[in-house]
Amino acid sequence: MDFQLTDDQRALRAGVRELLVRRFGRERLRAAVDAPDAPNLDRALWRELGEAGFFALRLPESAGGVGLGLPEAVLAFEEAGRALLTGPLVATHLAAGEVPGAATGETVVAAVDGTLVEWLDAADVVRGDVTGAVPMRSADPLTPLHRVPRAAPPDPVAALLTAAEQLGSAARTCELAVQHARTREQFGQPIGAFQAVKHLCSEMLVRVEVARGAVYAAAVTADPLDIAAAGLLADEAAERGARDCLQVHGGMGFTWESDVHLHLKRAWLRARRGQSAAEAEEALAEDLQSAAPGPRT
Amino acid sequence: MDLSYTPEEEDFRGRLREWLAKVLPGLPPKPSPDDWPGRRAYDLGWQRTLYDAGYAGLHWPIDAGGRGATPTQHLIFLEETENAGAPYVGANFVGLLHAGPTIAAEGSAEQRARWLPPVLRGEEVWCQGFSEPDAGSDLAALRTRAWRDGDDYVVSGSKIWTSHAEVADWCELLVRTDAKAPKHRGISWLAMPMDAPGITVRPLRTLAGSTEFAEVFLDEVRVPVANRVGAENDGWRVTMVTLSFERGTAFVGEVVACRRVLGELAREARKNGRWDDAVLRRGLGRLNAEFRALWRLTQWNVSESERAGGVPGIGGSVFKLRYSRARQELYDAAAEVLGPEALDLDSRWTLDRLSSLSYTIAAGTSQIQRNIVAERILGLPKGR
Ligand SMILES: Cc1cc2nc3c(=O)[nH]c(=O)nc-3n(C[C@H](O)[C@H](O)[C@H](O)COP(=O)(O)OP(=O)(O)OC[C@H]3O[C@@H](n4cnc5c(N)ncnc54)[C@H](O)[C@@H]3O)c2cc1C
Repeated sequence: MDFQLTDDQRALRAGVRELLVRRFGRERLRAAVDAPDAPNLDRALWRELGEAGFFALRLPESAGGVGLGLPEAVLAFEEAGRALLTGPLVATHLAAGEVPGAATGETVVAAVDGTLVEWLDAADVVRGDVTGAVPMRSADPLTPLHRVPRAAPPDPVAALLTAAEQLGSAARTCELAVQHARTREQFGQPIGAFQAVKHLCSEMLVRVEVARGAVYAAAVTADPLDIAAAGLLADEAAERGARDCLQVHGGMGFTWESDVHLHLKRAWLRARRGQSAAEAEEALAEDLQSAAPGPRT
Repeated sequence: MDLSYTPEEEDFRGRLREWLAKVLPGLPPKPSPDDWPGRRAYDLGWQRTLYDAGYAGLHWPIDAGGRGATPTQHLIFLEETENAGAPYVGANFVGLLHAGPTIAAEGSAEQRARWLPPVLRGEEVWCQGFSEPDAGSDLAALRTRAWRDGDDYVVSGSKIWTSHAEVADWCELLVRTDAKAPKHRGISWLAMPMDAPGITVRPLRTLAGSTEFAEVFLDEVRVPVANRVGAENDGWRVTMVTLSFERGTAFVGEVVACRRVLGELAREARKNGRWDDAVLRRGLGRLNAEFRALWRLTQWNVSESERAGGVPGIGGSVFKLRYSRARQELYDAAAEVLGPEALDLDSRWTLDRLSSLSYTIAAGTSQIQRNIVAERILGLPKGR
């Protein structure tokens, strides 16, 4: 057992982070937020992601993919969550190898998840039954949403990749809070020297690290119960992390200009994907009735 | 990222499992919680059994009497012993989980040879004399003084909350050897024999009604200078090593135990009908997620320390913060399941619930752990 990132995995993570900083840095993000019309899918970026192997990561090399596994996909999606990367990333990733052009980023694929569809109008292909889809005014300014009458069953891999995005977002809001707490001064000292602020930040980190253990382990085992647990903890880390980050930023945190609300809204949206919290808890409760509950490895 | 175990590790697990199945049924009954001599004998007896079977000090270095096993093997050992319901370390807690590892890491060859084998063989019990009435969270404010007289230190002062002091042979003791130095600089780490003249142990009653810990008064107690681990006045650094073991690895087995307890609780709820309450049931499901994640974090931390050469990292504070809260939530959930029975002091659930309250205090309070995480991991400034 060596439950740490391998050198290759570290390199992959660094590579994805670097690509996203270059192609979807803060200015791009804000430009997308402030675009006059409905959010636009950046097709050029989508193709670049395709070229970098983001969608074909788990596709076998024989099928033109990168031939890596779930742990690598989770690391890539964690970076996407950090960067608040927009678009139906999970749906397109899952369609690679099944929908022509998805693997290369030529085709944008959306999918019904629960009773919601993200990016319905922008997608070339939509998986699931969208008859009767009604547009919503989406709380997340960067994710257009439709409601559909018939719910689609949750997919565990989609849930895991979503949890990875939540983890990335949680880690990022923790960082943003700490950066702010180090520099913003009140009462003649950085606010991070005040224990009330310090303790908010350390609890953020604890939630991130606990979620990280759960998400990475679920990526290794692909066990549905591990994935359910990872989802619960990653949702908690992302949602509470964004709230606490907002609190640490004070009034500035409540503005449109700060990025905190974007993390919070996206975290809320992701928490709606896949299995509901109630269903995940029920599944994990059922597991307790077996003789030896808990992970098998 | 790899969670699989090697064939050697699986083989080790299999043999351990077989051995446990063979020895556990033959163990004597557990003594009552207040029978201290009985508890000491029971805990030492189990340690001796482990020693004879080659399972004592598994991950300690070989020249410290250990088996030189990897942290992963030790993890398997803790998982299997807990899952099989083997006895808890009990009175051996300090010796095995932090004084011993500290001596293994910081002691001289003679010190290792003197103190480590008896811990492993189940012959000597250690206690921890760190806290004082006026130095708890602010541990470096300790005032117990030691001055040199020939080959001895002469120690006067008092310690408090010393767990298992009544039955201990040795005490890992922090003393002030230079009263004029800045507070972190004048401290030394001593091994004090608990039968030395001048030591008075006064048991304190805990909220659970037991005498788990005690006050220890020291009146000109002579401790040989040779019993100092680390250099004179360098005890704070040694203390950090002790605390990294205490917070870093000492709770590992308990996560597994909590997972087992949670399963028992769920089956109890099904028996008494409380399982039909969806809110309660979902709460137990959530706790399952929590303890699974804590187990994963444990595996993460163990792998990290394995790569770093065996000393636990700062991640222990992150773990302890979440674990100590989760443990309390577990026993609060038990009270929900049990109903009025949760007020019955003869129920082990009630005693365990009471004792769970200490986890956010002992080994550094949650507030102190949050300070450590914020300042040492996140790099936030120290407050005024
Ligand atoms: C069951 C049990 C067993 C123990 N066993 C041992 C043992 O064997 N050996 C030993 O040496 N000690 C032992 N202890 C002592 C334990 O380490 C101390 O109780 C603990 O470190 C807290 O110190 P204190 O009790 O003096 O509380 P205090 O330090 O007085 O703290 C009181 C409250 O103030 C808060 N506080 C203090 N300082 C700060 C700060 N800077 N910022 C924010 N909040 C702060 C604390 O978090 C706490 O809530 C044991 C304690 C318990 C409960």
